Amino acid sequence: MSSITSAVPALELKDLRKSFGRTEIIRGANMRVQAGERVAIIGPNGAGKSTLFNLISGRFAPSGGEVLLGGVRIDGKKPYEINRLGLSRSFQITNIFPKLSVFENLRCGVLWSLGYRYSFFKFLSKLDDANRRAEELLAMIRLDRKRDVLATHLTYAEQRALEIGITIAGGAAVVLLDEPTAGMSKAETTRFIQLIREVTVGKTLLTVEHDMGVVFGLADRIAVVVYGEVIAFDTPDAVRANPRVQEAYLGSPVADAQGGAH
Amino acid sequence: MEFFTISLLNGVSYGLLLFMLSSGLTLIFSMMGVLNFAHASFYMLGAYLAYSVSEWLGFWPALVLAPLLVGLLGAGFEKFCLRRVHKFGHVPELLITFGLSYILHELVQLVWGRSAVNYQIPPALHGPLFTLYGTQFPAYRGFMMLVAVLMLVAIWGLLTRTRIGLVIQAALTHPEMAESLGHNVPRVFMLVFGGGAALAGLAGVIGGNAFVTEPGMAATVGSVIFVVVVVGGMGSLAGAFLASLLIGCVQTFAVAIDSSLMGAAGALGWQVTPETFGYALWKLKISQVAPILPYLFLVLILIFRPKGLLGTREG
Amino acid sequence: MAKASSSSFYRFKPLNLGRIVVWSAFALVLLVAPLVFRSSLSHTLLSQMGIAIIVCLSYNILFGQGGMLGFGHAVYSGLGAFLAMHTLNWASAGNMPFPVSLVPLAGGLAGLLFAALLGWITTKKSGTTFAMITLGMGELVWAMSLMFPEFFGGEGGISGNRVLGAKPLGISFGPQIQLYYLIAIYTFVCTALMFAFTRTPLGRMLNAVRDNPERVEFVGYDTQMVRYLAFVIAGFFAGISGGLAALNFEIVTSEVVSAYRSGAYLLFTFLGGATFFFGPIIGAILMVLATVLLSEFTQAWLLYLGLVFLFMVMYAPGGIASLVMMNLRVVSFGLFGKLRLPYLGLLLTGMLAFTGIAALIEMVYHLQLNAALNPVLNFMGVMLDTHGVLSWLSVGAVAVVGAALFAIACRRFAQVWSGIQGVIEAEIQRREAAP
Repeated sequence: MSSITSAVPALELKDLRKSFGRTEIIRGANMRVQAGERVAIIGPNGAGKSTLFNLISGRFAPSGGEVLLGGVRIDGKKPYEINRLGLSRSFQITNIFPKLSVFENLRCGVLWSLGYRYSFFKFLSKLDDANRRAEELLAMIRLDRKRDVLATHLTYAEQRALEIGITIAGGAAVVLLDEPTAGMSKAETTRFIQLIREVTVGKTLLTVEHDMGVVFGLADRIAVVVYGEVIAFDTPDAVRANPRVQEAYLGSPVADAQGGAH
Repeated sequence: MEFFTISLLNGVSYGLLLFMLSSGLTLIFSMMGVLNFAHASFYMLGAYLAYSVSEWLGFWPALVLAPLLVGLLGAGFEKFCLRRVHKFGHVPELLITFGLSYILHELVQLVWGRSAVNYQIPPALHGPLFTLYGTQFPAYRGFMMLVAVLMLVAIWGLLTRTRIGLVIQAALTHPEMAESLGHNVPRVFMLVFGGGAALAGLAGVIGGNAFVTEPGMAATVGSVIFVVVVVGGMGSLAGAFLASLLIGCVQTFAVAIDSSLMGAAGALGWQVTPETFGYALWKLKISQVAPILPYLFLVLILIFRPKGLLGTREG
Repeated sequence: MAKASSSSFYRFKPLNLGRIVVWSAFALVLLVAPLVFRSSLSHTLLSQMGIAIIVCLSYNILFGQGGMLGFGHAVYSGLGAFLAMHTLNWASAGNMPFPVSLVPLAGGLAGLLFAALLGWITTKKSGTTFAMITLGMGELVWAMSLMFPEFFGGEGGISGNRVLGAKPLGISFGPQIQLYYLIAIYTFVCTALMFAFTRTPLGRMLNAVRDNPERVEFVGYDTQMVRYLAFVIAGFFAGISGGLAALNFEIVTSEVVSAYRSGAYLLFTFLGGATFFFGPIIGAILMVLATVLLSEFTQAWLLYLGLVFLFMVMYAPGGIASLVMMNLRVVSFGLFGKLRLPYLGLLLTGMLAFTGIAALIEMVYHLQLNAALNPVLNFMGVMLDTHGVLSWLSVGAVAVVGAALFAIACRRFAQVWSGIQGVIEAEIQRREAAP
């Protein structure tokens, strides 16, 4: 469970802004996420959720404001610099290494964190720690039987699982998952959420989600993003009851979910 | 002073020729994502076809027919070859245009021989356009500039003011959408590629007789236009325009300047002898350095402004 | 959790027999080839093949493994050749005893240094922009080679003599056969090193960069640094190849850094197959055979090459290596029998079509280039009169009929092939589903 302490937040956004040309997509986003929290980010389409992820992970540089990872400013840094500081992300559109095997995919995710850098003097087969870690990840995401299959031959759900595997491979403390269950059936989603819960134990998790069942089941706190601002950031019940949120996004389905309580 | 003006005019006309070529290249690249390695070969083909047609029918029919023929060839190539590799990605597309450049080079030598052909300026355009301070500015250069400008205005007009131009612009960024709206996107691509080829052919028609028409002409101008496109910024027509003029003028000026660092040092009182360290560099005349200037530009742009002069894409 | 793990990483790994066999066979072929092919022409060809193998493999580090299509690789092999030649001449002048056998390493060092110097700007961009940058860089160096005759020797180039200094064990490297074995040793060692590279972290991350450069950044690697280091390593091996070429030809001219040569590396590496490690080896052998032998047979060889290349890009982008591997896969599933007849059909109709088309091409070339001497062309023993309508018509007919039959044979083959592929796919699915 989350611990609301006054310790340095694992991730903090301070008045974050981003414009593309003259259109301001992110208009002053503020958020403080504590270590170990599970946060779900929801909001209407086009609200800027993926853009927020892109800003945090360094894919784009912000036009204004700050992003702090464990108190250290990471805005403006390159993606690999941010990754090395302990933040990792997955993508909405599956982003794996199609011509490498599942095992190789995972191993690639592991190499830097184990300190292998740009080495061309060591043989991959002899890197016991890397190989062991890759095997562990393989078991964790339950793709053991597809170990040597080329990633491009996996099913969609398997590729999404591999995507998560690569994301957590480096042992990052803060993990961003961008719509991890997009395109999955109900059954697959349920299984996948269980997987996400298992693999992110002890980590700080931020996930963009549309499926409300997933959100309310998984998250400690929910951040609601509308028009590039975080209009609410609170526990699920508080968010459900928040009138601004109801008006902007949830609308009637919330009333239904609450049953006849109101 | 007259040297400066005449060189400037010559440089601008050469730059406009470069722009005619690099604009076609940029259009094809922007529209289809394909870097047409054979673009300079279309230029060469245009020149050779114009030579043959003008021997037979005269220069003015050649001005129309040669680009048309080259355009047809380009469209045919797109339909039968390029389209087939489109699904493999951008690298195979580049490779296939590379292969085409080889084939065109060989075919040209096959049909017209290995040495330069005598492609002449039409008698109507001989002689000076005007005389400045005793140096003549050739009428043909003026004609080249005129054709280049007319062509560019026509292209701009086509793209921004006509329906087909709008469809092309739409197909540029959203080909599937344009196709689902009923536009024949593959046909648009064929048109664009053929059109770009025709532009290159037109440049060949007017450039081939001003400069020499020989099998090596594709190679010499080919690498320069690639440099122009990178320096100007990939996908930017305005950038290509700027870079073309810049490189055209700088090269034209440089070729005419015979001074060297050694001479400059001598004017300042330093004596540079064969024993001086780096003598090889000191004695280089600017005119000798002229061929590498475009590539030096390339290096400088990559170091200081990798996006290109007016680039918008992240290449 | 520890359950599955323990059994999987304490796998019993016996010596990889297959690999040992392949490398031994490779070494054996290198050793024995000049004894099987004894003529001096063969020895020259074999020497050139060894040199070409090294440079094509080095090019494939960038192209096939890294996804970087470049048009300027000859710069590094060429500069390596120049520096090696200067080293040779410098040693010949008695300045310092420098063994001839180590001269290629001087070339490798030159390749490495220039790649380190020029590589960072070159790898700033990727994809098509990278291709154009390499083209520009190549032209830059080539144009510079004409500007500095002291280093590049101007029109005549730089020449040298590889027979110098002490002759340990009586080896002077004068005779071609001795030089061949030196080249063979370098070829074997370099090939082994480049293969080993594919099995290192950098080699694997290079593949990852090829597959998904953006993702690589998000697992902690600087994509440009990976590309740059690969560029430098490729430059090193290219330089070694250049150094060996300097020894082999005993002259280096500015042609070695030309765009033409870079294009040849690209063309033949692609033809051999960029997606498999051994593909460039096939390409290198073809490169030597084509430039030395084919060019003697016909003046149209570049045209044929261009056409073959075009067809490969359209129908077999994985090159000859991929064709070989695809067929081996069919064999391994025991289905090759079905392909025997279609292949035969392809072969026969293909030969017919090729004969007709080649005859046409040769006749046109003959008309253009030689007709002044004698209008009759001797095409594979058949006398064809380039001035006679009958010859043209008959050749044209053969070409047209052959092409039509070939198209039919292709269609039939494609049917059978896709049928076989379907069976194979189903079998693979079945094997993966079973525990």
